[in-house]
Amino acid sequence: MKELMLGNKAFARGLYEAGCCFVSSYPGTPSTEVTEEAAKYDEIYCEWAPNEKVAMEAAFGASLAGRRSFCGMKHVGLNVAADPLYTMSYTGVNGGVVICVADDAGMHSSQNEQDSRHHAIAAKVPMLEPSDSAEALAFAKLAYQLSEDFDTPVIMKMCTRVAHSQSVVETAERVVPERKAYEKNIPKYVMMPGNAIRRHPFVEERTRKLREWAETAAINRVEMGGTQLGIITSSTSYQYVKEVFGDSVSVLKLGMVNPLPEQLIRDFAAKVEKLVVVEELDPIIENHCKVLGLTVSGKDLLPMEGEFSQNMLRGAFGKEVPEGTAIEDTIPMRPPVMCAGCPHRGLFYTLSRNKCTVLGDIGCYTLGAVAPLSAMDMTLCMGASISAIHGYNIAGDGENEGRTVAVIGDSTFMHSGMTGLANIAYNQSDSTVIILDNSITGMTGHQQNPTTGYNIKGDPAGKIDLEALCRSMGFQRVRVVDPYDLKACDIAVKEELAAKEPSVIISRRPCALLKYVKHNAPLAVNTEKCIGCKSCMRIGCPAISIKDGKARVDATLCVGCGVCEQLCPVGAFESTKKEAI
Amino acid sequence: MNKETKNVMIVGVGGQGSLLASKLLGRLLLDAGYDVKVSEVHGMSQRGGSVVTYVRYGEQVYSPVIDRGEADYIVSFELLEAARWLPYLKKDGQIVTNIQQIDPMPVITGAQTYPEGLVEKMRGTGAKVDALDCLALAEQAGSPKAVNIVLMGRLSHYFDMPEEAWQKAMEAIVPAKFLEMNKKAFALGKNA
Repeated sequence: MKELMLGNKAFARGLYEAGCCFVSSYPGTPSTEVTEEAAKYDEIYCEWAPNEKVAMEAAFGASLAGRRSFCGMKHVGLNVAADPLYTMSYTGVNGGVVICVADDAGMHSSQNEQDSRHHAIAAKVPMLEPSDSAEALAFAKLAYQLSEDFDTPVIMKMCTRVAHSQSVVETAERVVPERKAYEKNIPKYVMMPGNAIRRHPFVEERTRKLREWAETAAINRVEMGGTQLGIITSSTSYQYVKEVFGDSVSVLKLGMVNPLPEQLIRDFAAKVEKLVVVEELDPIIENHCKVLGLTVSGKDLLPMEGEFSQNMLRGAFGKEVPEGTAIEDTIPMRPPVMCAGCPHRGLFYTLSRNKCTVLGDIGCYTLGAVAPLSAMDMTLCMGASISAIHGYNIAGDGENEGRTVAVIGDSTFMHSGMTGLANIAYNQSDSTVIILDNSITGMTGHQQNPTTGYNIKGDPAGKIDLEALCRSMGFQRVRVVDPYDLKACDIAVKEELAAKEPSVIISRRPCALLKYVKHNAPLAVNTEKCIGCKSCMRIGCPAISIKDGKARVDATLCVGCGVCEQLCPVGAFESTKKEAI
Repeated sequence: MNKETKNVMIVGVGGQGSLLASKLLGRLLLDAGYDVKVSEVHGMSQRGGSVVTYVRYGEQVYSPVIDRGEADYIVSFELLEAARWLPYLKKDGQIVTNIQQIDPMPVITGAQTYPEGLVEKMRGTGAKVDALDCLALAEQAGSPKAVNIVLMGRLSHYFDMPEEAWQKAMEAIVPAKFLEMNKKAFALGKNA
């Protein structure tokens, strides 16, 4: 049956049809839906792991047990999982292993724009790159075959435009290969020096064989369209090339981007007068062509940064670029903001008011950096808030402890905050860590995590007790506050900053967007009381604005959290809830 | 059937419910035998930010995105967003927009102002602008959430597609208990 399917959903369909039995992932835009969609198939065991490293190692274990397994992550997640990846390249697999890594050129929802192809090259594992949903499905199935035929994990590289675009796919039945028996094989699976030394030549030989395969593979295809211009491309860039040139130029479309073929590229180059590589981010295919001694264009025409588009290509190749018209007024930006009723707001207001230096982390709460709160000084990567505050405090000659906090969400804390906290507990800096526990992985669209008590299917699961965990690490000062209560937040932050020992504050309230969270009636402003002092504007709530010199609440957004009410000096915010008679 | 690829942009503010609109269009166009691509961005930009969905259809669609000067239609859930994406409209393209205004944070904080007279200003650039109060029509149909279907109803006015095809697509996409309300919203938009 033909249907319109999201790239990530098509990927999951491919996993299903290929007989994948085990999925372990950590959410990360734009990769999350592969795992969420896989979880809808009862035949596949699916889970959210605490981080990508754990996920990949779990998938490796499932492979050892003889099943086809999968783990999915975003580009920066592969940095976390790089450790197992680079050595899995040596061990190879038993059941096939497919890894999804989703790059985010344009940084729609990421902290950097790294090109994951470097990891495939460095780890010496094959990488496939689909250009639409139909290929995402087909390549997922092919990836398992390659994994088992060549004894290697296989990476499928997605990008935002393939992951989050829907295009037409045709589905087929699921075929589950028989579970391969686990056979003890110390030289293959125990990577200590004596064994690894013998596996390295296997890896090099495998790459040679894969390159040979790539020379004639159907997924690396030539579409001839004249001899004037030849374009080598892959992924969504292929779609832009076809959009702009149709069949008027020759195209070498690469479905496998590591290892890259040599003869196929030489032959293609020989057939065309001018050779250009169209690839987003780094010049990997282009440099490969240069190593082959070919004259080639690429990054001299197109940027290293951001996403491509058809107009960008039109401009780069000297074609006419459609013009649009704009109105003369400046259009105000509409940046993402913390939602109305977001539990992070009250805490960040407290940090802003106390002029704290805030070492931040990755999640919705990174929006605490946005005006008017502007309550963040650093965001680096998952877990860095806690590790960095330790160094910052110790190296600050005693000037930093009393005014610096680390903030990290519950899911990010589980991901890689615990090890940083262990460092504070062990090496004893007077650091104050605030865990923003909104009981969900928020930014990626509400995934469960080890602190929520539910699994990926929403069924009851193990639940890690954050207070007990911190205490067991040796923290004497562990306290919980409600971020809707500004006074309590203020007292907690002041006291823990003053304490001459490590401390943890857990700011606990579930995300206001969670379906089970009951909201209060919206507040309304009594315009007779409002003096237009704009005290309520300091929290950056999207539900509050100033109209005709008075505060106004948008009742469709307000969830009655009452944080603004606590800032109003004249009590102008009133509940719209009808008084009980 | 049109061989040439046609482009529809659905724009609005994160959380306004453009998903159902793009789903409906995708279903409608796929059923009509077109190749279709629908592209959107998930993640951080959805938190109250400016959001856009691209719907492209034709004999064979390549790029999943729509670029400046390419949109045949821009369907907007919010007035400022229509103006923001106006440069993406083709020369003789059509805008269908809700007249609802949602202040972005720089306007809320007073750092910037929400421009006035946007409909006239957009028309001043030569754009064809169909502006209507979708929120009022949606409420009339029974739910403020039906703004998306009101807009689709209005878009159908400009689409060379039989009414039955739209009805069929709605029946396939909309949950049964909301179908009647949404059909009403569609009709109100179409005949507005």
